[in-house]
Amino acid sequence: MSSIFKSASAIAESLSKGESSAVEVAQEHLDRIAAVDGDVHAFLYIDTEGALAQAADIDKRRAAGERLPALAGVPLALKDVMTQQGIPTTCGSKMLEGWRPPYDSTVVTKLKANGVVILGKTNMDEFAMGSSTENSAYGPTHNPWDLTRIPGGSGGGSAASLAAFEAPLAIGTDTGGSIRQPAAVTGTVGVKPTYGAVSRYGLVAFSSSLDQAGPCARNVLDTALLHEAIAGYDPKDSTSINAPVGKMVEAAKKLDVKGMKIGIVKELSGDGYQAGVKTRFNEAIEALVSAGAEIVEVSAPNFEYALAAYYLIAPSECSSNLARFDSMRYGIRVGDNGERGAEEVMRMTRELGFGKEVKRRIILGTYALSSGYYDAYYGSAQKVRTLIKQDFDAAFAKADVLVSPTCPTTAFKIGEKADDPLAMYLNDIATIPVNMAGIGGMSLPCGLAEEDGLPVGFQIMSPAMKDELMYQVGGTLEAALLSQWGKPLLSSVPALGAK
Amino acid sequence: MAAISRDEVAHLARLARIEMTDSELDHLSDEMEVILGAVARVQEVAGAEVPPTSHPLDMKNVYRPDVVVPSLTNAQALSGAPAQEEERFKVPQILGEE
Amino acid sequence: MTLNYSETIEKYEPTLGLEVHVELNTKSKMFCGCATEFGASPNTQTCPVCLGLPGSLPAVNEKAIESSILIGLALNCSIAPFSRFARKNYFYPDMPKNFQTSQYDEPICVNGYLDVTIDTDEGPKVYRIEIERVHMEEDTGKSLHVGGATGRIHGAEYSLLDYNRAGIPLVEIVTKMIPGTDKYAPEVAKAYVSELRDILRSLGVSDVKMEQGSLRCDANVSLSPRGSGTLGTRSETKNVNSLRSVERAVRGEMIRQANLLEEGGRVIQETRHFQEETGLTRSGRSKETAEDYRYFPEPDLVPVAPAAEWIETLRASLPEKPSTLRKRIQESWGVPDKEMAAMVNADLLDTVVETVDLGADPTKARSWWLGEISRIANESDVTPQSLITPASVAEVIALIAAGELTDKLARQVVEGVIKGEGSPREVIEKRGLKVVSDDSALMAAIEAAIASQPDTAERIRGGNIPAAGALIGAVMKATGGQADAAKVRELLLKHLGQG
Repeated sequence: MSSIFKSASAIAESLSKGESSAVEVAQEHLDRIAAVDGDVHAFLYIDTEGALAQAADIDKRRAAGERLPALAGVPLALKDVMTQQGIPTTCGSKMLEGWRPPYDSTVVTKLKANGVVILGKTNMDEFAMGSSTENSAYGPTHNPWDLTRIPGGSGGGSAASLAAFEAPLAIGTDTGGSIRQPAAVTGTVGVKPTYGAVSRYGLVAFSSSLDQAGPCARNVLDTALLHEAIAGYDPKDSTSINAPVGKMVEAAKKLDVKGMKIGIVKELSGDGYQAGVKTRFNEAIEALVSAGAEIVEVSAPNFEYALAAYYLIAPSECSSNLARFDSMRYGIRVGDNGERGAEEVMRMTRELGFGKEVKRRIILGTYALSSGYYDAYYGSAQKVRTLIKQDFDAAFAKADVLVSPTCPTTAFKIGEKADDPLAMYLNDIATIPVNMAGIGGMSLPCGLAEEDGLPVGFQIMSPAMKDELMYQVGGTLEAALLSQWGKPLLSSVPALGAK
Repeated sequence: MAAISRDEVAHLARLARIEMTDSELDHLSDEMEVILGAVARVQEVAGAEVPPTSHPLDMKNVYRPDVVVPSLTNAQALSGAPAQEEERFKVPQILGEE
Repeated sequence: MTLNYSETIEKYEPTLGLEVHVELNTKSKMFCGCATEFGASPNTQTCPVCLGLPGSLPAVNEKAIESSILIGLALNCSIAPFSRFARKNYFYPDMPKNFQTSQYDEPICVNGYLDVTIDTDEGPKVYRIEIERVHMEEDTGKSLHVGGATGRIHGAEYSLLDYNRAGIPLVEIVTKMIPGTDKYAPEVAKAYVSELRDILRSLGVSDVKMEQGSLRCDANVSLSPRGSGTLGTRSETKNVNSLRSVERAVRGEMIRQANLLEEGGRVIQETRHFQEETGLTRSGRSKETAEDYRYFPEPDLVPVAPAAEWIETLRASLPEKPSTLRKRIQESWGVPDKEMAAMVNADLLDTVVETVDLGADPTKARSWWLGEISRIANESDVTPQSLITPASVAEVIALIAAGELTDKLARQVVEGVIKGEGSPREVIEKRGLKVVSDDSALMAAIEAAIASQPDTAERIRGGNIPAAGALIGAVMKATGGQADAAKVRELLLKHLGQG
């Protein structure tokens, strides 16, 4: 049986038993990508040679009797926002076309140390700004459930690669929901760890105080395995948490929530949420109750300001983070005819190199930080951030974890919201508070919406540095739902690449 | 409702070093008007008594020891350069300031 | 009409403000582990962090914090219990991230002072220069302007950038406004920078080499009509790269502004550049259309909150103040004020102290370093310290004291040491430079001289003592200068019946 429909842990097991080789597994995934990625367009770059070489190395070391890490030989799709030495890193932007970084991100260093085979780089909204992957300069990614629909964003490529069985593991990054929202609309699992749990070194920054890389997979256990592989203190990231990594895998295997208090956030399930989303969410709650959890309702009155605050803080930081793309040291250069000055060449390059959404946010952020407006906009947004943290503190005093639907709706059609930024921004209404407070958040599938047959995501939020809790609750919920459904949700993804 | 003029947007584009076309400026001024109207809501609850949070983590004093680690080679440093000369990054003439 | 300096002072009162940038002498850069050595080949001391490559993150050098605190303590500042880095956003090709990581409204040290003494018509006078702040930031890269006539920025065809200097830790020391210096403004400015430099050197935190740019001064000057009580518009003169230039720049700028005002003009707030050749300043960029720097707290770094114990440990480790040290030395050596000042101005005090510590007589040591050695150093435009060690100078002085060398021979020995012929003893050996003290050998030379100039000898016999000079000269010539002239004179006069 081909490895492509197997979970990461099943692949790891067959590799360690010698039932298959890492090269075979890598080749099967590369073949799958070749067969279906024309439809899905999850990948921006496929590193065939590198992946096979990495796999061969793992096989050789295993043959030599070396004890290898749990995920050694398992393939992975890497979001194109993470640097990998010598491999093109575009961040979905024309600006970085052809740039091959001279260094590995810490996440990549850790993946390599764990023997994970990196298949290639996945598509994303330009510089991680978007909720649909339509903002990629290299064309949109299609949702494997329905190719006319968006796979979420910004990490639509990573999520789609999982749902299309092109890779069993993927890396995403989450600034306002870019791991969780794509996971929700593709029926996969995605975790945004506590801020500082995974090093940001080599993650091309969008909004430094919100960005966090995290694991994506098709089930909770695989996600936990990948979480443990990439998390941990990194002296290169001054905001990295200097504490041992929690036991995520153990938590994912507990399958027990008896006595746990689960808080439903009142403000994250009311108006504007699709009926089918609410139905599936409520069923999942019932499953948790049956598993022994106690449900409490909590209120977070300031969450309604989270979206506004987010769209000030993230653009402000991005306006500064993206200033370095000026064509002087790397990336494309436009208009250098020997006559024009550096400043004009910078302006022309940035006009052509950045897409519409990126420019919109840079201008918004530049405004919010300007003298005269700073206090009213950026300053006020920072205060809202305090209020949101206080809301979370109060809620976590009543509940061990908080839950909500991950998104208000299922996947929408490509192009549907492209011209309405505010409507697009609303996608992240339930995911943004987590980033503002720096806590952990997970999205896992809780069924298909009745009205459109598309996946619905269930969000679990855990207090900072207690990421294990979401794995414990997520693992339990997943097992309960699986026993109801009789088969994994993703087995219903339509066949791809048939033509 | 926050009002932002087209001239202000043009000024912001200059600050951000983006050469915008006239129609882009027109379009963006309209969008900015709407977006600013929406985000200005933060002011409703941002009272003077609320302290700002600039960072999710309450950390301080994170330092690295003063130890030299190997640098990139000159070739690696220049590997992404659009133009180079004499082991340096070659850039268009720098005008106006120094 | 044109006002000269004294006319300027009659009509106007100056107010000064001085900003000194100091490159710290840490081994590695402010935010990365790249070396900081001066003069390395271009772009060989760079990494993803100091090149501002996408994805890289800063990590603060602890030693830079320590040095900054030491500087603050030595300048009588309070050390802030909480300070932060901010981003100063503006585009410039020599700044890799297009923002400078700097401290803004939360500097590490505030409210200090430094007393400097200058000679006035009424004798020495102490001026207290108040320090507003000491803050940390990072240096920029260096640009080389190619094409055009002058190699300067104007008229260049393109520029070449070297980022070795980018990210080297800088400390900026900013004074409050300095009123009341009147005609002594240039001297006060120079004395301040000089005193500051001595303090920084005594702390061992910087190389303080103005010529290499490790200490740079910006001088703010404004004039107000005498007695008006108003404050004039200030200009900021950059590029002041020697102590002498500090004095010249302030004087020149005062005269320029006075003449401008005299002609009914208006001083504009601008950056000006000091030109060594002319001693004048040239207009740079106008600050009236000031960039909006959009400062905000650097989200990639966490606050600096030094523990009180650390600060006290550093306070206890402060070296003796240069001014106190100087006073102590002056008293114990009995050096007149003027000579003390000469030694300090020539930057030779430490060297003379070292020579004296090796057993040399203070007066002799001073005269060797300030005399012969400085003369040779001036000829070849190098520092005296680079020519010869205090140990060699002390040895030469000891040999003179022991009567083994005459002053004249000693000069030859010093010359030999400078030429690299070895230690003083080796030079004496190689060149055969021993004092000729053997009377019989001298007598032979004296007799030969008398024989060759019988008329002169006759005059001496007749009581014309001054005529002895000619014969002594001949003897000295014959002995290659190795004779003790006093001894020759004594033997000669005795031989001719005049002793």
